Amino acid sequence: MTALSVEQISCHYGGLKALDSVSFSVAEGARHVILGPNGAGKTTLFDVITGEKSPSSGRIMLFGRDVTGLRSDRRAWLGLARTFQITNLFWDLTVEENVLLACLAQEQSRRVFYRPAGSFPDLVAKTRSLLEEFGLGKLAKVKVRSTSYGEQRQLEIVIALATQARLILLDEPTAGLSGEATKLVTRLTGNLPATITVLLVEHDLDVAFQVSQTATVLHQGKLIAHGPIEEVRANPTVRQIYLGRR
Amino acid sequence: MSRRYWIPAVGLGLLFLSAVPTLLPRYAIDLIAQGMIFAIVGMGLDILVGYLGLPSLGHAAFFGLASYGLAIPVTRLGWAPWAGAGVGLLTAAVAAALFGLLAVRCRGVYFLVSTLAFGQVLWGGAVKWTSVSGGYNGIPGIPRPSLFGWSLWEPDAFYYFVYAVFVVVAAMLVLFVLSPVGKILTGIRESESRMRVLGYRNQLYRYMAFSLSAFVTGIAGILMAYFNTFVGPDSLHWSLSAQTLLMVILGGAGTLLGPAGAGILLVVAQNLISNVTERWTMVLGLLYVATMLFAPRGVLVLLRGLLAQRRPSS
Repeated sequence: MTALSVEQISCHYGGLKALDSVSFSVAEGARHVILGPNGAGKTTLFDVITGEKSPSSGRIMLFGRDVTGLRSDRRAWLGLARTFQITNLFWDLTVEENVLLACLAQEQSRRVFYRPAGSFPDLVAKTRSLLEEFGLGKLAKVKVRSTSYGEQRQLEIVIALATQARLILLDEPTAGLSGEATKLVTRLTGNLPATITVLLVEHDLDVAFQVSQTATVLHQGKLIAHGPIEEVRANPTVRQIYLGRR
Repeated sequence: MSRRYWIPAVGLGLLFLSAVPTLLPRYAIDLIAQGMIFAIVGMGLDILVGYLGLPSLGHAAFFGLASYGLAIPVTRLGWAPWAGAGVGLLTAAVAAALFGLLAVRCRGVYFLVSTLAFGQVLWGGAVKWTSVSGGYNGIPGIPRPSLFGWSLWEPDAFYYFVYAVFVVVAAMLVLFVLSPVGKILTGIRESESRMRVLGYRNQLYRYMAFSLSAFVTGIAGILMAYFNTFVGPDSLHWSLSAQTLLMVILGGAGTLLGPAGAGILLVVAQNLISNVTERWTMVLGLLYVATMLFAPRGVLVLLRGLLAQRRPSS
């Protein structure tokens, strides 16, 4: 089954075409990477897929359903989650509260206003197990603003996983990380359950090749290549544009 | 703040408040009753300012609307005082539900200005529409009701009535901010886009919190109308909104009990200082400047920090 299909998507900023009739699809369970130099339209593509931006034309299909006109919170309910290139967390809340809010998002208890959040055993247990599983248990009571950048990037991924999404978009998960932290986040990404479809934007080609089997290359809003990552890597146009080699 | 500190502190505070009528003179009892009424406004406004991150400069609107909504049917149509309280609360709630549709679409300074405008329009209405509101003279002669056979004209009975409402509202709001919905409000304050892609309908939560905040403020408006047995356009004026907003900021936005404490203390301080000098607003201004310099996140947050330093282990 197709997890995501992007059909003839165009997106303008004034006169600038950020995306120009881009079409591709990603199979369920795939590890797919979007490559392209700065300004290629990668983040815009993510924003269009999640519903943060409306495309000028084209269609987005999520698990066989047309979601083009759907608000982003509705798309989340269909099993879509994302991380942000510029870390987007609840800065003034603790690590635990961050994960709790993600766990809560699609639970019935999100409507409860008369009972402490800590009195829902399922919610607390799920939060705790996610924190432990990803080695953030020690940081539970620490405010996110006081954690390291590497920990914040990890937390981004944990939060995306907490909603039990079926398709996760990772926007440059290793951006700005040191070598060690990059390895950690790469391992984390590589170990995501096989049932989850992963679409990622990555500048670090080593990471991209380690994590994904298929790739799409964008350049100035246009789709240049799409297919198995080895083929894409061998594509002469891609080598010229993206790697700067002939 | 660790439970070790705040549970005894809140307990002592409540104990003191419950003993006020036996300990203090008449004048002080009235003062503290008035303080608790403002504390209710402070807590209601804190839901909006502290938890949701929307600074309102028009909360007097809901305060005053509830007072007028009580006063008009009771004094002009001869309705029972309790029925009037219902009308007052309903007026505040309906106004919040209607204005909220517009207000929750604004953020930051736009929200501030739209609430300010809303409040001032109502104030203007109360001043000009003399046949209904009594204009600058307001509406005097609001009767106090009886509760379980106790007349609230009895000063101690009235004090305990206000105290009971204050405690119940405080307890409910504490539960509210600890609840999933309360947590969700802080999430929306911190990052709307993150909440959206997690699947939250931010706008719905924002609308609901705005209405709740206004409703709580309306409760205080009812109490104030009973307390003064009078309502005038000052109860709708933006300067009252500004004072309550300062209360929230001084006490510590997002702490609920901070603004409540600041509400009581500021009313008491205003009266004590006004005995000495006419320049209360200047003192308030200096207090505000000092808070911004030394405790920019409010006095309660400062205290919390100091306590945490003394006990680095906890």
